[in-house]
Amino acid sequence: MNSRVFHIATNTFREAVRDRVLYNLIGFALLMSAAAVLVGQVSIQIERLVVINLGLTAVSLFGIVIAIFIGIGLVSKEIDKRTLYTVLSRPVRRWEFIAGKFFGLSGTLVVNTFFMAIGVFGALAYVSHHFVSSDIGILVALYFIVLQFVIITALALFFSSFSTPIFSAIFAFWLFVIGSFAQDLRNFAAMTHGVTRWLATGAAYLVPNFSALNVITQVAHGEPVPHDLIVLNTIYALVYSMAVLSAAVLIFERRNLK
Amino acid sequence: MHAIEILGLQKTYNAGFWRKRSKQALRPLTLAVEEGEIFGFLGPNGAGKTTTLKILMGLVFPTGGSARILGLELQDPRMKAQIGFLPEQPYFYDHLTAEELLLYYGQLSGVDPKQLSRRVESVLEQVKLSNSGNVQLRKFSKGMLQRVGIAQAILHDPKVVFLDEPMSGLDPMGRREVRGLIEDLKARGKTVFFSTHILSDAEALCDRVGIIHQGELRGVGAVAKLTAGVHGKVEIVWQGATIPAGIRSMGAECRAAGETMRVIVPEEIQDAVLEALRRERLRLISVVPVRSSLEDYFVAQLGAPLQSEAVSVRS
Repeated sequence: MNSRVFHIATNTFREAVRDRVLYNLIGFALLMSAAAVLVGQVSIQIERLVVINLGLTAVSLFGIVIAIFIGIGLVSKEIDKRTLYTVLSRPVRRWEFIAGKFFGLSGTLVVNTFFMAIGVFGALAYVSHHFVSSDIGILVALYFIVLQFVIITALALFFSSFSTPIFSAIFAFWLFVIGSFAQDLRNFAAMTHGVTRWLATGAAYLVPNFSALNVITQVAHGEPVPHDLIVLNTIYALVYSMAVLSAAVLIFERRNLK
Repeated sequence: MHAIEILGLQKTYNAGFWRKRSKQALRPLTLAVEEGEIFGFLGPNGAGKTTTLKILMGLVFPTGGSARILGLELQDPRMKAQIGFLPEQPYFYDHLTAEELLLYYGQLSGVDPKQLSRRVESVLEQVKLSNSGNVQLRKFSKGMLQRVGIAQAILHDPKVVFLDEPMSGLDPMGRREVRGLIEDLKARGKTVFFSTHILSDAEALCDRVGIIHQGELRGVGAVAKLTAGVHGKVEIVWQGATIPAGIRSMGAECRAAGETMRVIVPEEIQDAVLEALRRERLRLISVVPVRSSLEDYFVAQLGAPLQSEAVSVRS
């Protein structure tokens, strides 16, 4: 990584930490503790299923909320507060600024997910007292969740490069919702004909395919995740994020900072 | 080579959502600033000073013309490593301490990591913030933020320093210190380009000034040269307490001072006043030109019609 991108990423990470973003971990820890105690008392033989399902869904939602609400302000806040002026008047290229912000927030989300993952495994250990070999799938599910965060961060940053925080939040949130049903959208497109088919197929492939990145139910039932899905999802997330970030850079390179 | 060379720089903003209206923020602006010079860019609020600075910093793109700093294009990172910029009413990352902020900016400017800590200490001392280096910027007053702003602009020892309203928000002592800093930069051979609407600061500091109004450069030159061109006044002093009728009829206000009378009149009627004194056989003591201030020149320029409009009327 280029050193200026690294310094901007580090500053973004530090800002998130000092703005108490990681405080969400307290809420997550409380949720997991309560869930573990409750499930331990009421569930019969499905403790593992409930804890894994609940834990991974919570990891995903907490992270998505952070990615959207910090991501939408990454560029617009710097313009509003004019902190960007003293950065871009230095030998920093605009693409380096966007890249630094992206890596900084992605790094924050990875650290956040790491601590939440400890919470999930802790709750699992509490209710089932042991780990089984299929629990390795939880790590894969967590990896896919991080890939979702990477895509959402790129999208939030993209909207932030030209829109207001409120519109950016709305756009990013709706893309997340639609993307979670991307497979249904693709199935629908396959059933239609003519122009509708072209439009539906185009829309289905344009929105991020979050449904392919969601293996929570599968993992909770102890089913293995195919290796090629791991490779394909990794390639997909990287290519999609790169494309979105390139669009963000293209817009931001031409933007007048009034 | 000029430190700053601006050639016909223009900026037009489009406002409005449905019906686009265009606003010309900068009419073709041509200007050159020499190396080692302190150049004051003067104008009332909304004159185009900040737009010019933002274009030079690469924050806003011009709609016409070009500019070079130290002979390099505006987007050239090699040029940006050699300039410092203080924006108007600066705001910084308030989660950082002053020291952390300067370290961050030093890293972005490519300052040698081995020398960065020492350099940060030195600039904090220069702006009298040595004792507040470990305080988060959210606890800083407006004046302290302005000092941090100046510190970050000179941190990497730039050749050209751009300051947008550097005295804004400072108390009289703070303003004096900033003046000292600017003079110190000049003594070290740096070029300083600063915008202000406080004329006394410009008069005290600048080798040359440029006056901009409604996006148009109205005048540029050394302060003494510019003010010499203003239609001046003269102070005429004569002995005695008599005010000749001829002078009274001109409507000039005469004041007695001890054994003498004095009057300040426009240069155009100087001869008529002297003639009136001669007729009354009064003893003339002195005729002294009253030096017009930069403020007089400034006000005169703001009142003048736009040159571009004058040209279109003539044609």
